[in-house]
This record gives sequence, structure tokens and C-alpha cells, in this order.
Amino acid sequence: MTQTPDTYSAANEKTAFAAERTRWDKAKIVLRKSPWSARFGMVVILAYMIVGLFAPIIAPYGEAEVFPVPFAPWDATHIFGTDQIGRDILSRLIYGARNTVGIALVTTFLSFLIGGGLGLVAAINRSWIDQVLSRGVDVLMAIPSLIFALVLLSIFGSSAVNLIMIIAVLDATRVFRLTRSVAVNVVVMEYVEAARLRGEGLGWIMRREILPNIMPPLVAEFGLRFCFVFLTIAALSFLGVGIQPPTADWGSMVRENASLIQFAQYDLKAGLTPLLPASAIALLTVAVNFVVDWFLHHTSGLKDTPK
Amino acid sequence: MTKSDILLDIKGLKIEGWSDEKWHPIIKGVDLTLRRGEVMGLIGESGAGKSTLGLAAMGFTQPGCRITGGQIVFDGVDMTTLSDAQKRRYWGNRMTYVAQSAAASFNPAHRLIDQTVASTVRFGISNEATAKSDARTLYSALNLPHADTIGDRYPHQVSGGQLQRVMTAMAMSPRPDLIIFDEPTTALDVTTQVEVLRAMRKIVEEFNTAAIYITHDLAVVAQMADVIKVLRFGHEVEEADTRTMLAAPKEDYTKSLWSVRALTKPERPVQENILSVRNVSASYGKVPVLHNVSIDVPRGSTVSVVGESGSGKSTVARVITGLLPPQNGQVMFDGDPLPQALKDRTKDHKKRVQMIYQMADTAMNPRQTVREIIGRPLEFYLGLTGRAKDDRVRELLSLIELDDRFIDRLPSELSGGQKQRICIARALAAEPELIICDEVTSALDQIVQEGILKLLMRLQSELNLSYLFITHDISTVRAISDHVVVMQLGRVVEQGTKDSVFQPPHDPYTDLLLSSVPEMDPDWLSNLKLPELT
Repeated sequence: MTQTPDTYSAANEKTAFAAERTRWDKAKIVLRKSPWSARFGMVVILAYMIVGLFAPIIAPYGEAEVFPVPFAPWDATHIFGTDQIGRDILSRLIYGARNTVGIALVTTFLSFLIGGGLGLVAAINRSWIDQVLSRGVDVLMAIPSLIFALVLLSIFGSSAVNLIMIIAVLDATRVFRLTRSVAVNVVVMEYVEAARLRGEGLGWIMRREILPNIMPPLVAEFGLRFCFVFLTIAALSFLGVGIQPPTADWGSMVRENASLIQFAQYDLKAGLTPLLPASAIALLTVAVNFVVDWFLHHTSGLKDTPK
Repeated sequence: MTKSDILLDIKGLKIEGWSDEKWHPIIKGVDLTLRRGEVMGLIGESGAGKSTLGLAAMGFTQPGCRITGGQIVFDGVDMTTLSDAQKRRYWGNRMTYVAQSAAASFNPAHRLIDQTVASTVRFGISNEATAKSDARTLYSALNLPHADTIGDRYPHQVSGGQLQRVMTAMAMSPRPDLIIFDEPTTALDVTTQVEVLRAMRKIVEEFNTAAIYITHDLAVVAQMADVIKVLRFGHEVEEADTRTMLAAPKEDYTKSLWSVRALTKPERPVQENILSVRNVSASYGKVPVLHNVSIDVPRGSTVSVVGESGSGKSTVARVITGLLPPQNGQVMFDGDPLPQALKDRTKDHKKRVQMIYQMADTAMNPRQTVREIIGRPLEFYLGLTGRAKDDRVRELLSLIELDDRFIDRLPSELSGGQKQRICIARALAAEPELIICDEVTSALDQIVQEGILKLLMRLQSELNLSYLFITHDISTVRAISDHVVVMQLGRVVEQGTKDSVFQPPHDPYTDLLLSSVPEMDPDWLSNLKLPELT
């Protein structure tokens, strides 16, 4: 520490100024302190991303390629056997990462765009717009979302676009509530008042003054929402109104191979087959939650000092 | 003086704090000796380590801090060698603590008296009935109204000053040997502060309790302490008994603390009115807040609006800025009426009136750098971009006595005084004619306050700025104003030039306000006779 002169000078006041670090350095410090659960989660998510992105290269066979033997046992040619019409299970698992996760990701982004945007408007405006939006969301939330999604899907037909739109809108209600409730705490801050006095428009106040300050809870919520969306898609696919064949998808894979489970007493591996896509879903959900938990702890500002 | 007289003996204490991936020294070897029944004042600016030292006297460190050397001997026992469980037998029993913000320290779900006696009963010092009747005695000793029943209320049902006195009663309830007061009156209005100070001093004297009184307000410490210790950057600057210290401080740093109160303002020529608030009445919903308020601000001068919380002085600012359209009356700016609502005002109207807030922390977006904070009004009002904007930001930084090093910092990387300077720069960036300063120095240490006030005065004479200065601090008003407006309960009680308001005869309320301001005289509180308000 440098010797401070005895006379007062504003530039020499004591501050909590940290050493200059690049973002990369800061990220490295944060990563070094992360617990094993978060690291495990990050590795799993990374693996899913790689598998999803490079599915055509990694997968041994095509997504909809049909082989002569349905329900083939696990062996060297078909590592996890084939399904009820003779498609390679491993290849479909790998393509499933791309389809299920990709659609879930797009849907979650869309629901944050809708819910987050409207939530910010409602928080800033606080007039009749807030009332109309909030009560509308209450009505949507009063209907169980899975049943509502089923109804809407049967009305509009289950194409991938409809699936994305419907789940995004239904999920946006939760995002709206969260965004609105964290944003109202920021809206009352004096820097937002200062921006208003300056004459800034709604767009600036939303994007520049409020959004950066509510990012941590939103990012965490994004992880959780992604899990729920992902599970909803899997559930809808399991019920047969989600992602339609021949597109590979984990939810429908569970359904298609569910009957195999009763053969577990004769061939344990065959019985495990429907559990493979189910565990793929479970593993990703757990991994995302690990990362989100750690992220929330990190941004909550709780100090962890070395013992 | 025998050795057993010494209650607390701290020797060579070193404390470090964890931040930015490193341990940083906070207390760098401080000695402190406190005798039974003695009150020691700890003063210093923020970052001096006075709160850390106060807590350490109880053997306690905040999370993220550790004691790395020295001894804390309390009544013959070295606190640094005790386990947390052993220390807990002292806390709330033989040593107690009075926090700065009573409102944040009480549990809102329990009655005051239950919280007052909780630790006394837990340690078995007395049973609940005795402790409660003693608590009522303490309440009346502390001049709390309705001493018999006030304990049955909940924290939100009493005022801030009362709550602070209840907390003192709580600290006194187990009859401790040592009480730590951590800035207990900083958040209070002057007239309330006097009451609380009197009550605290009386009770400390009555029970012959030793106390450490932490504050940055010299005049307050002069009333309370027998001995004063000045801290700076974790070192002791000097220690002496109160009278000696006030009369003849030895060190330059201490002298500079003393000189803050000597700030005065040269007379300025009278110019035409830039702002006049004409007969304004305003209300929040159905609650009337302002009644027929008229204030004039001549160009190039400072008009101070003084009053306690609830006097409506901040509401005046909201009316002027257009955030709260008045029900009656008008705001004239530079001869023309200002549209009442913010949305009807032009960009030029907004540019010419800027505002600086009390809490610089909340007035700046924590996610924006200094460059963005100061740059935005330049871009927004003056259309500067790129190099031109950057150069002007640097110019403004040097105008507020900071340098280029600060341009990429976030608000969290600035000290309190620096933050307030950045807020001033943001206001200046718009090239305004009138700046409304809402309690801009009340959250700051005295020496930092002086720096900010000097800066504001210099800017005024260089740029011919006009200030509407809202404050509850009379010594600030004395230092910087040309005109003074005294407000009480939404009305203007008295107004005029500084001299005319501060010279008798006063309005009775002005008189109360003025006489409540602590002076740098250890006998001030004892000799004080407050005027009765009718």
C-alpha cells in the first residue's frame, strides 16, 4: 500500500478498487473457486452441446435410417439395439440431443423475450398496462399448463413451430412474473429517476438502466425454465403430441420403447433401453440445476473467505 | 490508579479483511486502554477502521475479517484466545452493542420489551418479571414517552429516535461493563439527536458503564467522550482527553478535521431570479405535503432549504423537477413558467435543471462505468460522440479533481466522496443553470463533506451556477448559503438572507433547530436549554 499524504485529496480517498483485470482473468478466478457440482454440471452441458452440434458426425447411422431387425438386442453393430421399427437407438439418442435440446432452447429464449419484455414494461409503467398484463397472466396461469398446451396443440396441430410458440407463450407467464417483481425494485432506484429526469425513453430505461441490474436472477431463471420447457416437451412427446416422427426426440423415444421394460426379466439390457433417453433427460436437468445453484450463490454476493 | 481499574486493554491489534482475492490490513497495530466508567470516542473518516476496532473490542470480527495479531484483554481475559461459544457468554451480558440503524436491527415481529430483556433473561441475570420492570425504569430514565407501555409496541410503531433509545435500554438491561455505540445518532434529525445524546450520556454516567463511542461527528463526540482517539487508515493518529484534544490538537490531520467547521462563503453580487416557486401546494394522493410554498433562487447564488424529515423539503425538489405536478401554484424558470408535468417539458427545460441526490450509491447505475455515466448526458443533450465525448468526460473529471484513472471504474470501485463527485460531473455535463442538491453531503464524512462543498462553491463561481441546496445540517447551511429557507410540516417558516435568518429574533422553530446543533464544546450539552415549542 502506498503512503497516503496527510492532506485531503479526492483522488486519494480509500476505495474498494480491485486490480485491473480482463474479463478472462475474472472468469478464471470465478471458475477456480467453483464447487465440484458446478464443474460437473458445466462438463455435462458442454458434452451435450458438442453432441448436439456434431450429431451427424458422431452418430453411427442416420436419424431415420431403418434396419431390418426391430427391437434388435445390444451388440457391436447397434450398441443400444434398435427400436420398434428397426432404427438405431444410439444414433437417435445423439440426434435427440440436437432436436430436444435445440427446440427447448429456442422456446426458452422466446419465452424470455415475450415474458421479460412485457414484465419490464409493466414494471416501468405501473398503470393500466401493468394491470391488464398482470391479470391476463393470472388467467393463463390458472389453467394447468400441460393440459392447456395439450388443448392448444390439438387445435393448432403439433408442428415444431406451433410447439415452440405455444410452450413459449405459456412459459412466458412465469418469466413475466419474475421479471416484473425484480424490476419493480430497480425501477424505484434514483438512477432510474435520474434517467427519467434526463428525458430518456422507455427503450433506454428498459435496456440500459434496468436490464443489466436484474440479469442474475433472470439468468438463473433461464436455466430452470429451460429444464421445465425441456421436460414439458419430453412429456408432450411422450403423450404423442410433441415432436413428431421420424424426428428423433427423447420423450417420444421413451414412449416408443416403453414396452421393452417388461422384458427386463429376460434381457436386462433390453429393459434398460427406454431408460436411456429418460436418463439423458434427467442428467441434463440435474447438470443445469447444479450450475444454476452455483451461479445464484455466486451472484448473491455471499462472501466465501478461505478458512 | 490501580490495575484493576482497567477494563479493556487492547495491545498491538492487527485485523485483516478479505477482498479481491487477497488479505488487506484494516487495523495495523492499535493500542487502546479503557478504564471502568470511562467513555472513549473513536473518530475518523470511513475506511479508518473505527467500526472494525469497536467490534474487535468485543472479540468479534465481521465475516471476511480475521485478527492476525495482538491481544484484546477484557477484565483479565484475552478475548482472542476464546472460542466463539465462550465469547458468546460475554456478548449481550457483560458487553453490549448499539448499532447505527435501530430500524434495521430490531426484529419487527416481536414487542420491544421482549427484545429489550431477551439476553438479560437468557443469561439468568434476572427473571423475566424483574427484567421487564427494570426495562420500564430504563425507558423512563431515557425519557421515552409512556415508559410503562411503550415496550408493548412493535418496532414500526415508534419513531427512529425512540427506537434508538430503546436499543440503548436493551444494551443497558444486563448492566454490562462495556457498551459499544456505533454511530448511534448519525441517522437522526438534529432535534432528535440531542434527546438521544442526553439520554445516553445520563444513563452511562448513572451506572458507571464504560463505553466506546464511534462516530465521525466531532461535535457529538465532544459531548459524549472523556477521551478521544483519532484513527486514520488503521493507525492511531493521536489520543488525548476531550478538552485537551479540542483545545490543542497536535497532529495536522486532527487539525484538518477541526477546520471543516470554519468553512465560509464570500458574498456574491445579487442577480435576477432564475427560479421562483410561486405559492405551490402539493400532495401525495390525498395527503397534503406542501402548503403555499414560495421560494426564489437568484442566479449564481445558493439557496438552502432546511428542515427535519417530513418537512417537505425533498417534495419541493420533486415539484421543481416535474416528478410531482403541484395542485396549486406555479414554478417559474428564467422568467417563463415551467410546464408542471415532466412529460410536457422540452429537452431544453430538462437540460437546464439538473439534480444531485443524497445517496450517490443509488443515484448511479451500478453496471455502468464512469465513462458511460458522465458520457450519457453529453451524448443525449449535446450530441457529442466518439472522441469529442471522451475528451469532454476527461475535462469534467479534472474539473471535479479526479483524473483519467477513474474513467473505466464502476461505482462500486469508488469511495463515497468520489461517487458524489461523479454525480456532480454528470449534472455538470448537461451544462445546467440550476442544480438541485438533495442532502448531497449528509451521507459523507466531515472531511469529505468539506471537499465536496468547496468543489460546489468553486464551480459556482466559475460557471455562475445556481444551487437549491436541500439539507438538514445547519453547519452546512452556515458554510455555503446566500439565502436560507426554513421549512416545517410542509410550510415555509422563515426565509431570507443567511444573516437575517441566523441572527435573532428567530421564529421559535428556527430557534429550536439552531440550538439543537451540537457545538465543539464539551459543556454544550450540559448547559443546553432547548426552547419550548408551542
